[in-house]
Amino acid sequence: MNMLIHQLRYDQKAFWRNPASVFFTVAFPVVLLLIFATVFNGQTIEVDGGIEITAYYVPAIITLAVISATMQSLAMSLVIAREDGRLKRGRGTPMPAWVFIAGRVGNSIVVALLMLGVIALLGRVLYDVPIPWDELPAIVVTLIIGAAAFSCLGIALTALIPSQDAAAPIVNALLLPLYFLSGIFIPDDELPSGVIEFANHFPIRDFFQAFFTAYLPGGDSGLDWGNLAVVAIWGVAGLLLAIRFFRWTPRSG
Amino acid sequence: MNRSFLAEPVISIKGLRKSYGDTEAVRGIDLEVNRGEIFAFLGPNGAGKTTTVEILEGYRKRSGGEVAVLGMDPERAGREWRGRIGIVLQSCRLDPYLTARESLELYAGYYAHPRPVDEVIELVGLAGKADERTGKLSGGQQRRLDVGMALVGDPELLFLDEPTTGFDPAARRQAWEAIAGLRELGKTVFLTTHYMDEAQRLADRVAILSGGRVVARGAPEELGDRDSQPTVITYRGPGGEVSLTTTTPVETLNELTGRALAEGFALDGLEVKRPSLEDVYLELTEQPANGAVEQEVPQP
Repeated sequence: MNMLIHQLRYDQKAFWRNPASVFFTVAFPVVLLLIFATVFNGQTIEVDGGIEITAYYVPAIITLAVISATMQSLAMSLVIAREDGRLKRGRGTPMPAWVFIAGRVGNSIVVALLMLGVIALLGRVLYDVPIPWDELPAIVVTLIIGAAAFSCLGIALTALIPSQDAAAPIVNALLLPLYFLSGIFIPDDELPSGVIEFANHFPIRDFFQAFFTAYLPGGDSGLDWGNLAVVAIWGVAGLLLAIRFFRWTPRSG
Repeated sequence: MNRSFLAEPVISIKGLRKSYGDTEAVRGIDLEVNRGEIFAFLGPNGAGKTTTVEILEGYRKRSGGEVAVLGMDPERAGREWRGRIGIVLQSCRLDPYLTARESLELYAGYYAHPRPVDEVIELVGLAGKADERTGKLSGGQQRRLDVGMALVGDPELLFLDEPTTGFDPAARRQAWEAIAGLRELGKTVFLTTHYMDEAQRLADRVAILSGGRVVARGAPEELGDRDSQPTVITYRGPGGEVSLTTTTPVETLNELTGRALAEGFALDGLEVKRPSLEDVYLELTEQPANGAVEQEVPQP
């Protein structure tokens, strides 16, 4: 346990000093929120009986931020470390494998929680989107289930990425279309029902719905167990694939 | 610790084999490395050095033979065993966003009884660079930090896989000093290299590997039985370039100069050459392994 905290400390240092990881996981969601919420500010949409579009984008962008902090960030950083030989080198020390993985996942969850705070605060200050304090336990539980599941998926995804150069294209080719189709960028009342139906086959949509439910104040908010269960099942599947296919040694060389 | 424990070899390999599909990378290696010695595994690229060292480190499974490292089979050894060895891989980029000191601290945290980080920094000659991010260090400095990360757990045995490949001469010299310093710490070092001079400079004993077999072994100075190898005498006589190979150079030279004086011709460009270690190495590793088999190995 002490070793895990030790590992997490150094993972945090390395994370915050890496301009690419800070840009993609921290700056990118903030910029997206500013663009979407500013451009469409003042509109209302036919979701949940009619809400301000900004109230839609805040939980949508938090969903995206959680997935970038976990799945995207882990898949890219683990492939880079694997191909650099750092994973192999670490396996040659007495550090247990689970400490390393738990350190990285812990690092992602810390960043995801931080992004929850940043986006919620920006939404409140710039666009008057209330922070649903009453729902905080449901929000945090939803976020942690999602972050854990997408972390497992990110670790599993590394098995499909052959090289450092392939990491960003593969991860983005997978995630960006699904963000669109799942209603993260375009509100789901404006998407054709066929698109939503397609997106329903993937966990981004389920996690977004669960998080949206948790974040919306009043009414039928709280924990959306149905969608959370789907997200969790995806996470478990990712975990099993990761255990089976994750490799510590470089693919090239 | 009793005598028999100290006398037990740190590494013991018997009949080690490794194949990848139909290719045999290692074809029957036997060797022992004793406590406190620096042992060099010398050979050209593709000779089977890295395959062998990675079997010893526990990264690869062997196809045949017996291996004991610190008394354990590396394939089955666990955390406690890994705490007693230090590994420097052939190629590894360290985390560019941690400083040299932080990289060492991170690794120190993995071991039960680490060496003080400052001491390790001193040992690998990075005192002025300790707070520099590793991404900003030169290739040679990164490699020395890599050695430091292998040392920080205070291991009994260190594996260094081609520690100076691609270095400029000054960086190599510094790396050599760091490695030679390990001898004073009483560490056992298993080193692979394709540089003859590196093996000569650092190692107590050398095994030359070619085509997956050990083709020569011994102290660097007696490798390849250099003392009894023939001497080559070349000169330009009246009939043109002459090259003589002899195992009795004193007699041959006496006869040659006597004849030159008697017949009145000059020995232009006279040269007397003993094989250098480099020649021995090249001769041993360039020949097809079959012609230079040191031990009996059944042919497939």
